[in-house]
Amino acid sequence: MELLLQQVMAGLATGAIYACMALAVVMIYQAIDHLNFAQGEMAMFSTFIAWQLLQWGVPYWGAFVAAVAVSFVGGVAIERILFRPIHHAPVLTQLVAFIALFGILNSSAGEIWNFTIKEFPTPFGRGPLFGGHLISTHDAGMIVVTVVILALLYLFFRGSRLGLAMRAAAANPDSARLVGIRVGWMIALGWGMSAAIGAVAGMLIAPVVFLEPNMMLGVLLYGFAGAVLGGLSSPGGAVLGGFAVGVIENLAGAFIPYFGRELKLTIALIVIVAVLLVRPSGVFGRSVVSRV
Amino acid sequence: MTLGAAMLEVRNLDAFYGEYQALRGVGFDLGEGHIRTLLGANGAGKTTVLRALCGMVRTSGAIRFDGKAIAGWATEDIVRLGIAHVPEGRGTFLRVTVEENLQLGAMTRRDRAGITADIERVYAHFPRLRERRNQQAGTLSGGEQQMLAVGRALMLRPRLMLLDEPSFGLAPLIVEELFEILRQVNRETGVAMLVVEQNAALALELAEHAYLLETGRVVMDAPAAVIGADEGVRRAYLGY
Repeated sequence: MELLLQQVMAGLATGAIYACMALAVVMIYQAIDHLNFAQGEMAMFSTFIAWQLLQWGVPYWGAFVAAVAVSFVGGVAIERILFRPIHHAPVLTQLVAFIALFGILNSSAGEIWNFTIKEFPTPFGRGPLFGGHLISTHDAGMIVVTVVILALLYLFFRGSRLGLAMRAAAANPDSARLVGIRVGWMIALGWGMSAAIGAVAGMLIAPVVFLEPNMMLGVLLYGFAGAVLGGLSSPGGAVLGGFAVGVIENLAGAFIPYFGRELKLTIALIVIVAVLLVRPSGVFGRSVVSRV
Repeated sequence: MTLGAAMLEVRNLDAFYGEYQALRGVGFDLGEGHIRTLLGANGAGKTTVLRALCGMVRTSGAIRFDGKAIAGWATEDIVRLGIAHVPEGRGTFLRVTVEENLQLGAMTRRDRAGITADIERVYAHFPRLRERRNQQAGTLSGGEQQMLAVGRALMLRPRLMLLDEPSFGLAPLIVEELFEILRQVNRETGVAMLVVEQNAALALELAEHAYLLETGRVVMDAPAAVIGADEGVRRAYLGY
């Protein structure tokens, strides 16, 4: 029983990171109808920036905030420079752009910081929380930070004019233009926020998976699985999907003998394929209901 | 048609969908506070005129609003001049609430108090929208969605409203109610209106002046009463 609880808690902790990545992916997907395959590499790059700042002696939270800010600006810049010009290009062109971005970020990180595994600090410590056996302080920290970010985003999108404008621009760009919303900038803003969320996810997971240019590959795959499970059309669903995938991953790794550590990544793929076969719109995804 | 007088002046306007030319040398005027209508059969180019005014199709020719040459401007910049377009299909944001749709209509404004007052004014015009203020817009009936579309356009405090088939798909009683409100809004706020309608009888009652479009050209330009009284025109173009 205790093992089960421990695994669930650990699953929620990594699930929090998957939830962030799933949300980042869904935000861009809602705006431009494409999956950002470079989302993980963007997060990895952000984490390296934070690491570099730490090396230069910047205190943890200073580096954290700076990395998030730089990532936001970087995300906006990527949209403006790379994706805005090809907005109307065919799907394959866009796909190539994502792969190019992936390659550029991955190899530049390798070139700048090399491929050796680096340790990334946690501000929460690594001991057990309150001396218990259930969850470590870092795992608890991941969950708390994620929940705070999700709450802030919820308030932003539900309660602010800018959030409403972003939702409108994503859902119905033509109508959004007709009420004077600058749709292009809303999309760029979505990229910036998505990059910033990814940066947080990267910095929180780096103490667990260690810092290196390929660290986000598996994480992004789980993020995709979470997004597909919850529904690419539903940010809330993607978040729940991310948490669910984290728990499934940990339980399967612990209780299904063949999976173990080696085959854990397969679970993400199984989830993706299973959902696409059974319910392509995801658990919480929906098609728009309307009367005409 | 005199130059330099009207709020909206359109001269020699062509419009294209890809290779296909939908408008050929269209010209007309619309003065401050006036209501005019564009009539014509399906495919005559009525909707395209409205889309061209909002920068939603590729055009050549001149469009002047308040003397500014706005042809080629981005849609959102044209809207910010105070041109509210109620598009075909109404352009409702289906996944957000009725009230959020109204707030979206005022997205270019900063005066919070004025926005709140204007939302109340829209609810006064359309009490049914007030009842459904927290409902998702996608669940409204066709008539309610059309009212929401008009309400959303009013939230811009427009100087010119472009209405594309406001009567489309609505029950006759609702149409009457809607057109009465349009008249009232025009009287109270002095907003000019350019109305595209299939229902010519209705449009000629609302507007003081009409343009008849045929295959992308203006073939008749006359006071509404004259066009309405011309039996030949009515039979040939207006179908009643």
